[in-house]
Amino acid sequence: MSPRTLYQRIVDAHTVRPLGNSGQILLYVDRQVLNEYTSPQAFAALHAQGRKVWRPSSTFAVVDHVNATTPVRNARTMVLVDADRARQVNTLAENCARHGIELFDMLDERQGIEHVVASEQGWVLPGMVMASGDSHTTTHGAMGALGFGIGSSEIEHLLATQTLIYRPQKNMRVTVQGQMPAGVTAKDLVLSLIAQIGVDGASGHVIEYSGEAIRAMGVEGRLTLCNMSVEAAARGAIMAPDDALFNYLHGRTRVPQGAAWDAAVTQWRLLRSDDGAVFDREISLNASTLAPRVTWGTSPDQGVPIDGVVPDPAHESDPERRRGMQRALAYMDLQPGQPLQGLPISHAFIGSCTNSRIDDLRDATRFLKGRRVAPGVRALVVPGSSMVRAQAEAEGIARIFEEAGFEWRQAGCSMCVAMNEDHLNAGDRCASSTNRNFEGRQGLGARTHLMSPAMVAAAAVSGALTDLRAMPCH
Amino acid sequence: MTCTFQAITTLSGTACALPLPHVDTDQIMPKQFLKGIDRQGLARGFLHDMRFDASGQARSDFVLNQAPWTEAKFLITGANFGCGSSREHAVWGMRELGIRCVLGTSFGGIFSDNCIRNGVPALVLPAAEVTRLMAPAQDPQRCQMALDLAAQTLHTPADDQTLHFDIDPLHQEMLLHGLDAVGMSLTHAANIHAFEARHLQANPWVMPPQKKPTQKNPPKEN
Repeated sequence: MSPRTLYQRIVDAHTVRPLGNSGQILLYVDRQVLNEYTSPQAFAALHAQGRKVWRPSSTFAVVDHVNATTPVRNARTMVLVDADRARQVNTLAENCARHGIELFDMLDERQGIEHVVASEQGWVLPGMVMASGDSHTTTHGAMGALGFGIGSSEIEHLLATQTLIYRPQKNMRVTVQGQMPAGVTAKDLVLSLIAQIGVDGASGHVIEYSGEAIRAMGVEGRLTLCNMSVEAAARGAIMAPDDALFNYLHGRTRVPQGAAWDAAVTQWRLLRSDDGAVFDREISLNASTLAPRVTWGTSPDQGVPIDGVVPDPAHESDPERRRGMQRALAYMDLQPGQPLQGLPISHAFIGSCTNSRIDDLRDATRFLKGRRVAPGVRALVVPGSSMVRAQAEAEGIARIFEEAGFEWRQAGCSMCVAMNEDHLNAGDRCASSTNRNFEGRQGLGARTHLMSPAMVAAAAVSGALTDLRAMPCH
Repeated sequence: MTCTFQAITTLSGTACALPLPHVDTDQIMPKQFLKGIDRQGLARGFLHDMRFDASGQARSDFVLNQAPWTEAKFLITGANFGCGSSREHAVWGMRELGIRCVLGTSFGGIFSDNCIRNGVPALVLPAAEVTRLMAPAQDPQRCQMALDLAAQTLHTPADDQTLHFDIDPLHQEMLLHGLDAVGMSLTHAANIHAFEARHLQANPWVMPPQKKPTQKNPPKEN
């Protein structure tokens, strides 16, 4: 057999059968997570056909998109006053009960954003295939697994058959050499990659990340990198598992223990691209040249280093891209040539499946000790999961946020997607650790600047977009 | 095999041009339309903020609000239309509004898959062809188009040109016959069972330990 990439090896190991001569296959899927807003239609279709769930134990469900993140969470505060949201949450609970699927409901101490919960539970393990009804399922590539998002019809297909009709994607390798400078995070790396290759730069490809900077990166940084790979249109992102990952997984709830763990690790160590495997596309980045970044536009590739300026659409030769830039500048109320540094903000948000894990929160608090959120800025922290929240409280991180004037809230998707009460108003300008700066994403007419959690913290206390490298931390 | 959507063999009607790049699914179906548990009532949400102003009035300067494009069946899009969120609501609303075929140089991957599952061909064409099709689509007198899915052709009467397009053969078959993908895959149930037995034996951790709901994961440092 000719040398294969890690992605090809995982696909081959999950191929039930080819589907005629179409080039598509029936792909076995090991894991799924359901949420309250993309799963009801899948269950309804399943029920209409009188079909059963193939393997309920392959799936768990969590409420994350529509729940409130009020600082106090109990049975009284978590009554959903919005009847539609309540119906989504109740429907999820009914469907889970009917099919024997485990549910982390709003008051469960493990509740949180599906992608954060899945990794902290050890739900996705090296070599697995994971598909979920959320585009950021690419996150799980950091586990040495193939993860990708699917629509509700595919959720139905997966529930009923444990498989998907799947077209194997092309292979792209992104090699990141060098060391990340101080103050530069996985978020800056992925924003830089997206700016380099474009928001459709990895279309039709699965990205494998490799190189010195990836090996040196903590697992939570890798989760950020794989998570946002979808913003470059990647259909998956993957990294070869290593000791850092095994240390991260060892002892977690859903991970094999004892002799079973040792046997699993022995097998997982073999999960890497073969020497000589051919990639359809190769991209190289040098981590040592990176700087903290912010986005200026309404697409994740529209960003620059914090000491950069807003680009001029007049210099863009492609007319379609030029129109996109002009529209973005009008929406964002920015002028060509304007510096990003010093741009006043009204809101600061730390959260989302991209950047709400414990390392993100620790990193953000480096700039908060002894400082206060600037007057006129509303700053929020929404931990990725209730367990992250509990850990941050145990470590004293929550107090640092609160003393600095941040709202310390309960877990959920919150203001990343603004499907609950947490949203911005028209004209608000937010420094945000989230993944999408799309028009209206955080609220109708709201303006989002994407950046790392530490950059959000620096902006919150400065009242404006700020280069954290110029800021002493205590 | 049951049909989950209306089969599509031919389609004729008005084509509408939307030459903006990277129109994401947050714009195609904004969050306030994601509150249902079914696939209905989403036509109003399609490209809502482009079609309606803050008071809910139709924007007369937006193409889908102008005759003859209020009746559009084809949408010719900029690159990467449907990028972003996996929400299938984007396709449900688009289809409910009457758009039954989208054409462009590329689409968001999940969006494109969602289109197929709902009987909406998402046709990827070379950039030069998309540019050629965009021009007549902006002229109310010349914006008609005809699709023949079996023959894999698109005809534009205005210039009497016929374009041949490529489509995944399995997708073509599903669209032509309105096939139920789940039912199709369940005909392979024996294969799936046999695969699963081998797979679980070789990778025993795939069958997860069932934990009591109260059990907690100890906080871990990375």
